Amino acid sequence: MAKRPASSLLFEGSEWNFATLSRAYDAIEAIAIGEMGLDVYPNQIEVISSEQMLDAYSSVGMPLMYQHWSFGKRFVFESHLYRKGYRGLAYELVINSNPCITYLMEENTMPMQALVTAHAAFGHNHFFKNNYLFRQWTDASAILGYMDFAKKYVAKCEERHGPAAVEEILDAAHALMDQGVFHYRRPPRLSSEKVTERARERLEYEEQTYSDLWRTLPTAGGNAGIEAAEQEALERKQALNLPEENLLYFLEKHSLILEPWQREILRIVRVIAQYFYPQGQTKVMNEGCATFVHYFIINRLFDQGRMSEGAMLELLASHANVVFQPDFDDPRFSGLNPYALGFAMMQDIERICTRPTDEDRDWFPTIAGNGDWRGTLLDAWENHRDESFILQYLSPTLMRRFRLFHLTDRADERFCEVASIHDERGYSAVRAALARNYDPGVNRPDIQVVDVDLLGDRQLRLRHRVKSGILLNESDRDATLAHVRRLWGYNVSLSGVDAETGASLYECSATAA
Amino acid sequence: MPNFIDRRLNPKDRSLGNRQRFLKRVHDELKRTIRDQVKSDRIADVDAAHGVPIPRRGADEPSFRHSGASGERDHVLPGNQTFSPGDRIRKPETGAGGGGNGRGPGRGEAADDFLFILSREEVLDLFFEDLELPDLVKLNLRETVTYKPHRAGLTTSGTPTNINVGRTMRNSFGRRMALRRPSERECRVLADEIAALEGEERLSMSQRNRLAQLRQELEVLERRRRRIAYVDPVDVRFNRFERQPLPNASAVMFCLMDVSASMGEREKDLAKRFFVLLHLFLKRRYERIDIVFIRHTDEAHEVDEETFFFSKQSGGTIVSTALEEMQRIIMDRYPSNIWNIYAAQASDGDNANGDSERCASLLRDELMKLCQYYAYVEIIDERESEIFGTTDNGTSLWRAYRTVDGAVGNFQMTRISRPADIYPVFRKLFARHQPRSARG
Repeated sequence: MAKRPASSLLFEGSEWNFATLSRAYDAIEAIAIGEMGLDVYPNQIEVISSEQMLDAYSSVGMPLMYQHWSFGKRFVFESHLYRKGYRGLAYELVINSNPCITYLMEENTMPMQALVTAHAAFGHNHFFKNNYLFRQWTDASAILGYMDFAKKYVAKCEERHGPAAVEEILDAAHALMDQGVFHYRRPPRLSSEKVTERARERLEYEEQTYSDLWRTLPTAGGNAGIEAAEQEALERKQALNLPEENLLYFLEKHSLILEPWQREILRIVRVIAQYFYPQGQTKVMNEGCATFVHYFIINRLFDQGRMSEGAMLELLASHANVVFQPDFDDPRFSGLNPYALGFAMMQDIERICTRPTDEDRDWFPTIAGNGDWRGTLLDAWENHRDESFILQYLSPTLMRRFRLFHLTDRADERFCEVASIHDERGYSAVRAALARNYDPGVNRPDIQVVDVDLLGDRQLRLRHRVKSGILLNESDRDATLAHVRRLWGYNVSLSGVDAETGASLYECSATAA
Repeated sequence: MPNFIDRRLNPKDRSLGNRQRFLKRVHDELKRTIRDQVKSDRIADVDAAHGVPIPRRGADEPSFRHSGASGERDHVLPGNQTFSPGDRIRKPETGAGGGGNGRGPGRGEAADDFLFILSREEVLDLFFEDLELPDLVKLNLRETVTYKPHRAGLTTSGTPTNINVGRTMRNSFGRRMALRRPSERECRVLADEIAALEGEERLSMSQRNRLAQLRQELEVLERRRRRIAYVDPVDVRFNRFERQPLPNASAVMFCLMDVSASMGEREKDLAKRFFVLLHLFLKRRYERIDIVFIRHTDEAHEVDEETFFFSKQSGGTIVSTALEEMQRIIMDRYPSNIWNIYAAQASDGDNANGDSERCASLLRDELMKLCQYYAYVEIIDERESEIFGTTDNGTSLWRAYRTVDGAVGNFQMTRISRPADIYPVFRKLFARHQPRSARG
């Protein structure tokens, strides 16, 4: 075999420097854009140390974050695991922003840096830019500016109102983060920099010119009758737009006791929750997409003779670790590995498009044998979330390969029952059950604001629609309700109602301490 | 071409503010933990870093979560080998659900599985908190040992100021001899001879040869002198200094405590803090500290720390037995010309009839001559403290000790009912700043 000329290699050995990083980047970009047809935000690649990686972990991966004790707790926790060697650090971290920021760890070898660049700066980046959830729910170009504002705003509030007061609001808001997302209607766009800036200025102006005297003026109507007040309350209730699923939004807009700065902090937490909402729904697809992209790219680089066999072996070993899926009875098992499932499904799609079997033609008549696996994948990445992606594309071949089976588990019984397995009769059921497991609507408690008694005791009524009989963890529930009460200012009650029968399952409330 | 940014040199400790917020948040919990640890630890172990379990209370982040103990779920798991539809599988005894509910194992509970380490400073801060020590005292207690450099042999590296000239020159001389470096004198002899020959008007053949030969020899010698340095880096020796902790006399600390039934949990806790504080103080001054525990009811025994604080004994109360025991131990093992002797006595003031006077005289005439310092605390009820607070009235032991207090300088006594009362007993001890003349 003729020896390849050394000059065609992008890098040699494991040491990296910025010249090799950028040479590798250019080669990767050529494949990603030219051959795969990816469409990405401009990249910004930052090299960080392990300690900075821990920092980034503890502030949920954001480069800018306001200060809060819970991040300190997470930092202590993560750094403990890391120092004791229980857990390694990620090789990279990528932020859904425009430009797309990718953190590379300085400890990575050069081949790893290339892998990680392909994985994050192209795989994740493409997914962030094109997936419909991210496009609808997040605003990549505004998030960094917004986080900068949030950090400064919280710091300013701490200065003005004391850290304890700010902490109290943040604690309560964090408790409701899962209920701070619009699930059904599209969230209002993060308004442009200019508009928010104007709103902020107005807020500041109002704060500066606030005069307590105005409060003492008699209201225009004087002592209008009870009926008018009742009418007003009715109207107000309608104006409240109940029922409301976004608890944080409701409290921000309608709480009876919060001051403007406290509402602004609720809004900050809500915006962050909203920003992370798509990530939870696309774990399998996002990681699958990134893994598929890096696997394709490193293989192409190797084929082009731009990477040595040693580097390739290192990367294949690392890739195999990432997509390793232990069986359910393996001590290492901790659920389905999203990297493994996503990567396998996408490779499977490639196979179905190019080398379909008769079974595939039955199951996927539209894509089987169409030959255009790139187009098919790009379309899937753009238009699905985990739940719909699995429901649509999980093939019998793959179910057999993973030997998937479906268990039903009733909490009050001592046995689980195997409902279906990877056979002709079970494929559809297994696939549907797996897809359901990735449905956020099933996995997170459905709690809504249903009523406010504005005329009487101003009690806020929440309703939990109980699905499949799954109740809430009681101590957590009571502590969270206490937080809601703190934000609302008056008593709050929560009733659990069975989603199918409408029967009342429990009732609890938080009253003044 | 992407935008590469090297962030490695960015300021560190971005999370420091968050860590401090976290510590502050769980402050009360930490304080309670440290207090419990101080209660159960050995006295000497207080002054060190402590591992503290991540506190649960105050640091949990509640949210609306599904509970694992209710409802119906579906799991889809990989790796089926033997199951067919309709098979029933027994659930594992512990843990919720069928095992693979998609969460990492024990993620919810892992938070309190580990200790996080509080530094020695943070521990002492928490310990000092309600002792109400003056800041200067806190600083003194926290400060670590001071060192003084002592000569300790030679070394091949060091600063020019520490060069040991004598040793360096001796090495240089030895090396020059061994390598046969031509001496100044040898060269001069040759040079003189050459000069003499050059001075001649006419040179014979043999003289001319001689001159050429001499010149060559001189050149060889000079080249050799250039090659072999007069002082070579390998010759250089430096004086080495070792940092040694300042006066390291030994001290022995006697802890005397009444363990009769009237001493309850609260009294023992206060007593322990009192002993810990004295120990901290001594540790700062002495390298080696022995602690002797003597407990007494109507008879006294030397016991280990465990027994001292935790085991119960019943009987009457005769304080003088403890003092006699202490005296005996000093005679046996801690001669006062070698040891600095400190004693701390804690009691609730009960004593057998007529014994208090005996105690006072024992102290005044015998023990105080041996001791550097003797501190006595009488632990009383909070309600009593308002009545007795400052008066001389009180138990017979208190009245008897008052006479000692007046007569002897390094005797201190006080009544305590709260941790904050402990410090005044030691005030004199901490106030003494002039260097103590350590015996031995």
